[in-house]
Amino acid sequence: MSLLKYESQLREPLVDGDKDYHQVTEDIIGPIEAKPGRLWYIGLSIALCLLLFGVYSVYREVVYGIGQWNLNHTIGWGWDITNFVWWIGIGHAGTLISAILLLFRQGWRTGVNRAAEAMTIFAVMCAGQFPIFHMGRVWVGFYVMPYPNSRGPLWPNFNSALLWDVFAVSTYFTVSLLFWYSGLLPDLATVRDRAKTKFRKMFYGLASFGWTGSTKHWQRHESLSLVLAGLATPLVLSVHTIVSMDFATSVIPGWHTTIFPPYFVAGAIFSGFAMVQSLLIITRKVLHLEDYITVGHIEAMNKVIVLTGSIVGIAYLSELFIAWYSQNPYEWWAFRQNRVNIFSPYGWAYYGMMFCNVVSPQLFWSRKLRRNITFTFFMAVLVNVGMWFERFVIIVTSIYRDFLPSSWSTYYSPSIWEVGFYLGTFGLFFTCYFLFAKYFPVIAVAEIKAILKTSGENYKVKMTPTEKMDAEKFYIEEVEHAH
Amino acid sequence: MRKKFVVGCFDDEKVLFPAVKNVRRAGYKIHDVYTPFPVHGLDHAMGLRETSLHTVGFIFGLTGTSIAIGGMGWIFTTDWPLNIGGKPHFPLPAFIPITFELTVLLSAISMVYTFCWLCKMMPGVKKHHFHPRATDDLFVMVIECTAKTNETEVQSFLQNNGAIEINVQEAEDGWWFGRYDKEQKLYRTEEVGY
Repeated sequence: MSLLKYESQLREPLVDGDKDYHQVTEDIIGPIEAKPGRLWYIGLSIALCLLLFGVYSVYREVVYGIGQWNLNHTIGWGWDITNFVWWIGIGHAGTLISAILLLFRQGWRTGVNRAAEAMTIFAVMCAGQFPIFHMGRVWVGFYVMPYPNSRGPLWPNFNSALLWDVFAVSTYFTVSLLFWYSGLLPDLATVRDRAKTKFRKMFYGLASFGWTGSTKHWQRHESLSLVLAGLATPLVLSVHTIVSMDFATSVIPGWHTTIFPPYFVAGAIFSGFAMVQSLLIITRKVLHLEDYITVGHIEAMNKVIVLTGSIVGIAYLSELFIAWYSQNPYEWWAFRQNRVNIFSPYGWAYYGMMFCNVVSPQLFWSRKLRRNITFTFFMAVLVNVGMWFERFVIIVTSIYRDFLPSSWSTYYSPSIWEVGFYLGTFGLFFTCYFLFAKYFPVIAVAEIKAILKTSGENYKVKMTPTEKMDAEKFYIEEVEHAH
Repeated sequence: MRKKFVVGCFDDEKVLFPAVKNVRRAGYKIHDVYTPFPVHGLDHAMGLRETSLHTVGFIFGLTGTSIAIGGMGWIFTTDWPLNIGGKPHFPLPAFIPITFELTVLLSAISMVYTFCWLCKMMPGVKKHHFHPRATDDLFVMVIECTAKTNETEVQSFLQNNGAIEINVQEAEDGWWFGRYDKEQKLYRTEEVGY
C-alpha cells in the first residue's frame, strides 16, 4: 500500500458524498440498467435525423461528384477540410486526458477520461469522413494504401504530408480504440456480473472478454495502460503536427510557416477540452453523476482551456508579427489584406476567431467564473465556434486570393450539401455518444474505486487524525502494519 | 481441470494485505486474488513476478520501425525509383512521420493482442467466477486445495484473518468457450485440449 493514501487536505475531494465501493458501482452502472429517459430518445432521434441528412448529402456528392460542393478554382479546400481539422482537433482532448494526465499522475482524470476517450474515437470517425469523401471517387479510396498492385505497381508518395495524414489518423484511431476498449474491459465485466436479463448477460459476457479481476491480469492491465499512454502521448502530438504539415509543407502564403505544429496542437487541445466540457456538463446532469464529475473537475478543465487558449493567442500574434517582420510581400499581403483587414471578404471570420479563442477565454482567470457551470457551458460552445473559425480562416483566407488577381472575385460560401455533410457528422457523433452513454459505463468505475480512499470526500474527512500523527508513529501504525 | 478451492472474501484491502501475507507464511497455495480494481502492491505481496508485457511492445515497435524504413526505402530506391521534383530517393526526414506511426501502431496492437492472449481473454471465452461481487466491492482470495490440505483448517484460518464470507468450491480452473447466459460449454474439454 502506498503512502499516496494520505493526500493533502488542501486538495478538493474528487468524489463527493458518502461512498463505498458498492455505491460507486451502483451510481455509475445504475443508469445502464435503468430504462432510458424521454430526453435520451429525443436526443437520439435528433441525432439520427441529422445523420440521415448527412448520408443523403454524401450520397449526392458520391453520385453527382464534387461539383455538389461550392468549391471553386482557387478554393479546392473549403468546409470539408475545415471540418476535418476541427473534428481531429476535438479528439485530442480525450487522449490528453487519458494518456498525458495518466503519465503526470493527475487524479482528477479518472472522473472524465472514459467519456473523453469515447469522444476522441467518435470525433476521429467524423474527421475521417471528410478527406475520404473529398477524394471524389471514393470507391478507389484504397489507392492511398501502399500495397503491391496491378497499376505499375504504383506506390503512393511517401514524401507527401497528405499520405502521412493517412497513416497518422488511422494509427491514432486504432490506438485510441485499443486504449479505450482495454480500459473498458473490467467495467464491462462489472456490468456483466450484475446483469439480470439474458440478453445483457450474453452481450456484456461477450464484450468483457471473460475478465475475472485476477491480480496477475490487473498487473498486466496496468502495464498495458501505462505503455499505451506512453505511446499515445507522442502519437497525439504527432497527429496534429502532421495535420498542420498538410498546410505548412506547402508554399501558400499564410500556410508556409514553421509555427504551425505547436500552434495546431495547442489549438486542438483547446477545442477538445471545450467539447469535453459541453458533453460532460450535460452527461453529469442527465445521469446524475455530479458526485463524480464535480465542479472541481470542471474547474481543472477550464484551467487547461485558459492555458491553451493563451498559447493559441500568442501563436496568432507571433504569426502576424512574423508575417510583417519577414518582409515577405506575399505573406504580409495574406495577413494584412485577407485577414486583419476587417472590410475584406473574410475579415469577419478573423475577428470572430480572435474574439472566441483569445479574448473570451481570458475570463476564466476568475475562479468564480471557472466554477460556474452555466457560464462554462456557454464558453465551451463559444470556443468550439472560435476554433472552427480558426481552421476556416487558415484554409479559406489563404487560398481565396491566389497569385492571379483575375480569380479574386470568387467568393466561397458552402452549398447546402456541404453544410449537410457537416451536420451529418454531428449526427454520427451524437448517435455514437448517446449509444455509448446508455450502454457503456461513462465513468471508469475501477479507476474511481482505486482513488476513492485517497480522494473521496468521506475518506478525506477521516484522514485528518492520521495526518496529525508524527512520522514515527505513522510509520509503525500504517506502513509496518500494511506490509 | 476441476479442482477444489477454498474461497475467502474480504471487504477491505487493508485487511486483505496482512491476510495474504499470513496465508503465504502458513504455506497455503494462493490460486489467485480477484479484486474489483488494481490494488497496488498486491502482486508483490502475493509474490508474483513483474510482467514483461512491455518487452513485447518494444520488440514489435522495432519491427514497425524496420518495416516502415525498409519498405519505403526499398520502394523508392529499388522497386520504383520515382523522381519527385529531383528530390533524393531516400529522404530520411520525410520518412520519419510514417516510421513513427507504424512503430506506435505495431507496438500498440501487439501489446493488446499479447495481453489478451496471456490473460486468455477473447469474446466468447468463459471462466469460473468465484464470486459475482469480485468485480463490484469484494476482494476474493482463492486457495487451492491439494491432497494434503485440510479444508476446515483453511476456512477457520481465513476466518481469523478477517474474511467476511468463506466457502468451498469445486471448479474448472482454466477457460472454455461459452456464453454467460447459458450454463453449458460450447465445446467439450477434450476437443479444445487445454
